[in-house]
Amino acid sequence: MKLYTKTAHELHDLLVRKEVSATDLVKAQAERMQALEPKIQAFVTPTVDKALEQAALVDAKIVAGEAIGPLEGVPMAIKDNMCTDGVRTTCSSKILENFVPPYDATVVTKLKEAGAIMMGKTNLDEFAMGSSTENSGFFTTRNPWDTERVPGGSSGGSAASVAAGQAVFSLGSDTGGSIRQPAAFCGVVGLKPTYGAVSRFGLIAFASSLDQIGPFTRDVRDCALVMNAIAGHDAKDSTSAPVDFPDYTSLLGKSIKGWRVGLPKEYFGDGIDPEVRAVIEKAVKTIESLGAEVAECSLPHTEYALPVYYLLAPAEASSNLARYDGVRYGYRSESADDLISMFKKTRAEGFGDEVKRRIMLGTYALSSGYYDAYYLKALKVRTLIKNDFDQAFEKFDCILSPTTPSVAFKFGDRTDNPLQMYLSDVFTLSVNLAGIPGLSINAGFANGMPVGLQIIGKAFDEARLLQIAHAYEEATGCHSRMPELGV
Amino acid sequence: MALTKAEVEHVAMLARLQLSEADVQRYTTQLNAILDYAQRLQALDTKDVPPTAHVFPLHNVMRDDRIDPSMDREKIVANAPEEEEGFFRVPRIV
Repeated sequence: MKLYTKTAHELHDLLVRKEVSATDLVKAQAERMQALEPKIQAFVTPTVDKALEQAALVDAKIVAGEAIGPLEGVPMAIKDNMCTDGVRTTCSSKILENFVPPYDATVVTKLKEAGAIMMGKTNLDEFAMGSSTENSGFFTTRNPWDTERVPGGSSGGSAASVAAGQAVFSLGSDTGGSIRQPAAFCGVVGLKPTYGAVSRFGLIAFASSLDQIGPFTRDVRDCALVMNAIAGHDAKDSTSAPVDFPDYTSLLGKSIKGWRVGLPKEYFGDGIDPEVRAVIEKAVKTIESLGAEVAECSLPHTEYALPVYYLLAPAEASSNLARYDGVRYGYRSESADDLISMFKKTRAEGFGDEVKRRIMLGTYALSSGYYDAYYLKALKVRTLIKNDFDQAFEKFDCILSPTTPSVAFKFGDRTDNPLQMYLSDVFTLSVNLAGIPGLSINAGFANGMPVGLQIIGKAFDEARLLQIAHAYEEATGCHSRMPELGV
Repeated sequence: MALTKAEVEHVAMLARLQLSEADVQRYTTQLNAILDYAQRLQALDTKDVPPTAHVFPLHNVMRDDRIDPSMDREKIVANAPEEEEGFFRVPRIV
């Protein structure tokens, strides 16, 4: 039995029927993980020993006849920008290379309580800044569908680990598309929840008003199950939403007949690869055949999302990353003999190029004389982008678009041109600016590479996004294909 | 408004980043390209548009004023590059 092809809900059934033990699962997963690591390089820090200890506890429960939860005993991975008590958390940055947090992020606590078992911490673009995982301070993760291509970013390690069968599910974080874009490139399900739906406590901050944690899974049901475990109000995060959270599986399997689905004309312009467009158009026809009414809509300020994002995110980053000064944790330059030069050298030696570029950009956008022209202006245009969505959702239940304008690109293709690299996130950014949920699922393939379909909804409408995604998945079966990795 | 090398050096000082001459050159070019791109926002009239810093209408979040146990000092200084007697040690300031 190829356990690495199974979803969490399938594994749960096997565990309950005692056809496998949690220890079997962790061992099989560790074997798969280790066999593929030379090829994929998804993990910064494996935690297999701890995983085996946890698995033994789950097995003891099963043997004692106790009921287990839906994620109990399921092997998973966590992006290495979420704090894990006693386990190195690096943000794939030299500046945090030796940082061992003394506490767990709330999502980690919740997954531990749910009994999910962490196999390791996954690679990312340094401090989650990037679209290809080429900005990791350590090494580059490879796309399981074609190892000459990037897995996407910044949660490239988390997406690749699930696509390759190295983890059953994983967590990523999404500031401008960092869950949905790698999910699209790696052909898995990736959800950026509504801002405030999942606690950010213990997530190492990049751009606090945009960052949101969410799951990568093999199918939509697993995505709903992980959301059930991680969503909810958290008093430790003052931006966490004090609302009622649904059972995210409750609408799966229900018909989408009569749904009003919008296709924003601004997302189907010239910049999109013709093969990606063809896959998405076919996906839209499938959705229509399931009873939804599809019509064109408009999000007129879409073209401004990229400049708004590249002013706001760096501005917030420049402030959040001020804490890395070599005093309390992380790397410290050894070549300084006074305090200011220690700060400057520590940061120069510890941060990579992209991080420094964004700190510089953000510091400039916030500096005296430029604040109104750049930062305040961007905040105002953010309002217009949010209003576009509010107006669209008066007429539509959800909005469909490609997740990315192209399939995964090759290594080095865009590293010399930051602006070109930023364009790979052009369809995902607006969703973060508006704080609404966005889901990417595998829509099909173009030249053997997966194409992502993005489904955007109203704030806190995740359960319905999962409903339509599930209907698509049932109709096409795209999600069940896995890359051939020869192991 | 083109960004000059002197301004890049000033911003680096504010951001506490030591840059080499080559870095200054590169960032001047790259930041100018990004800021040029950002100029397109000026085409929009936003005179009567309120800014959105956060997507929710968040108000102050208060908690009860009570003393909870804090984390052990030992755990906190465990990650310090240099510590002495429970304090963070840094180079001489004055």
